[in-house]
Amino acid sequence: MTAISTSGLTKRFRGGQLAVDHLDLDVPTGSVYGFLGPNGSGKTTTIRMLLGLAFPTSGSAALLGVPMPDGATKVLHRVGSLVEGPAFYPFLTGADNLARCDAADRTADPATARARIDAALDRVGLLAAAKKRYRNYSLGMKQRLAIAASLLRPRELIILDEPTNGLDPQGTREVRALVRQIAADGTTVFVSSHLLAEVEQVCTHVGVMRTGRLVFSGSLPELRRTGAARVTVQTADPEAAAKVLAGLGLADPLAAAAEASAVIGDDPPEHVCAELVRAGIGVRGFAVTSPSLEDLFVGLTGEGFDVGA
Amino acid sequence: MSAPDSAGAPASALQPDSAPRPALDPALKSTPGPTVEPPLTLQSGRAPYAPPGPSGTGIPARNIRAWGRLFRSELRLVFRRRRNLLLLVVTAVFPVVIGIALRLAAPHPQGGGNGAGAAFFNQLAGNGVFLTFIALSSLLILVLPVVVAVVAGDSVAGEAGYGTLRYLLAVPAGRTRLLAVKFAAIVAFGLCATFIVSAVALVVGAALFPIGPVTLLSGDTVSLADGLFRLLLVTVYVATAMATLGAIGLAISTLTEHAIGAIAAIAILVVTSEVVDSVPQLAAVGPYLPTHWWLSFDSLLRTPIDTSTLLKGLLSFAVYTVLCCAFAWARFTTADVTS
Repeated sequence: MTAISTSGLTKRFRGGQLAVDHLDLDVPTGSVYGFLGPNGSGKTTTIRMLLGLAFPTSGSAALLGVPMPDGATKVLHRVGSLVEGPAFYPFLTGADNLARCDAADRTADPATARARIDAALDRVGLLAAAKKRYRNYSLGMKQRLAIAASLLRPRELIILDEPTNGLDPQGTREVRALVRQIAADGTTVFVSSHLLAEVEQVCTHVGVMRTGRLVFSGSLPELRRTGAARVTVQTADPEAAAKVLAGLGLADPLAAAAEASAVIGDDPPEHVCAELVRAGIGVRGFAVTSPSLEDLFVGLTGEGFDVGA
Repeated sequence: MSAPDSAGAPASALQPDSAPRPALDPALKSTPGPTVEPPLTLQSGRAPYAPPGPSGTGIPARNIRAWGRLFRSELRLVFRRRRNLLLLVVTAVFPVVIGIALRLAAPHPQGGGNGAGAAFFNQLAGNGVFLTFIALSSLLILVLPVVVAVVAGDSVAGEAGYGTLRYLLAVPAGRTRLLAVKFAAIVAFGLCATFIVSAVALVVGAALFPIGPVTLLSGDTVSLADGLFRLLLVTVYVATAMATLGAIGLAISTLTEHAIGAIAAIAILVVTSEVVDSVPQLAAVGPYLPTHWWLSFDSLLRTPIDTSTLLKGLLSFAVYTVLCCAFAWARFTTADVTS
């Protein structure tokens, strides 16, 4: 079973703008899925449709196998979520805000509400601030309170929309640690971000959005493989070295000032090195480098399209 | 109206909270992470979760309790909010001010008072009970409607403005359920405000003016008990009018994310309706205006009671309530939540 699946999910706003364009998403159960894309690429709109907050123009979506938005009342209590930043009543305390969320859940047991609220606050490190009004919370605390709300009950799926948005490095690390803890419980985590670096360390799978379309979906190793690794040889005779690399059948051989490089493909590096030496190339340095995930990500989403804004 | 929301819940409600989860693929678990971050909290944070509800509780009972719980939460939200409490205090102050002003203006309370068919004000000198009717009819012009408008306009638009609406719906609260509970809380608040006016006016009237058998507007005199019973009916009638305004406000509130805008729109609607109602040339549309029947409660202060006017008023309230609730529901259950 898949935790989240969509097929042809499309959202066209009243103005005619296509926010999500035939999205086919497949989030495996038990994965930590990084939903990536620059701001405005349709991530939040997708999440709103998944949670039944917005209605798709066409296509379908299912959470934990239950079709949305029709099955909202059947399935959403098994799903924790943080949508587009935290939002609570500023005049209520953190604990009272969580009590309000819990009261809205018709399947939650009121008898255990107190204990569950305290446990959730404890888990995000807010127990000491439970009696503080929300308006006096720092941004990091607000974000953590929203995560606490998603942890009020054991969930099978947690959807976190930009959980690190606006957080300082310390807060980002805290959220990342929380995501790791949640995932360790066996909960599927779907986390969106416009920064690959923020989720790279915790994700098992990634989907990359660009202007409403999914341009990549798969595991991180699969994403890495889409970037061709290159072999770089430092030598006094780059022209000759490039010729050898070309002779080995490597693609895109290039000769620069004091080095030659080519796409290494499936050829073992030790074999390439041995061939170079056999051809009489004086090898000063030898390296196989892959493009960073960030480079691949920017390559997928397009440079300068609001990236990092 | 509640069918789409309430139908699905029971089946899943019976599932234990700690449902078995599929084992995690070990390959997925080995998350690459060069830096080891300190865990935010200790594992003790994962407290044992109890299954939902005591076993043996029927599904309908569970459902009713869940509605009750959300309604209580809504009431707490409305009645604990300082702004709303301040509104109730202001509402309570008006009858006191009116009572004192009229007491100072009427130096001979023991005189007159038997004038047949006179206005409320003439009756007051003879009986403190009439302060309640004076207070209700004065406050019905603007104060009570604005008090109700604040809570009604804030109901959905306020949640949308705070962004809490998306979290409530993702819980899931259920759109129909949330709307129903919100309307119930508005009605409760309007009822509370109306009864505060009546109660405070009765106490102030009793303190400043003589109390005894009540001379009605039609000139007949009824016992104090009968008079107080009529006062209760009048208060309920006014509260019904305010509930109707609440329904109108709820409908307007579903149209915007700005609570202030919704509140202002409701207040403007009330004033416009009152102005149009007072123009003789527009008398034809008068009976269809939402505020037209608000003051018809004076029918209860005559003998015999003019039930046809009262019934027309109640019919107008019912029609407006049904139409506005239907509109609010249609809008709220189909609109994208973009706040």
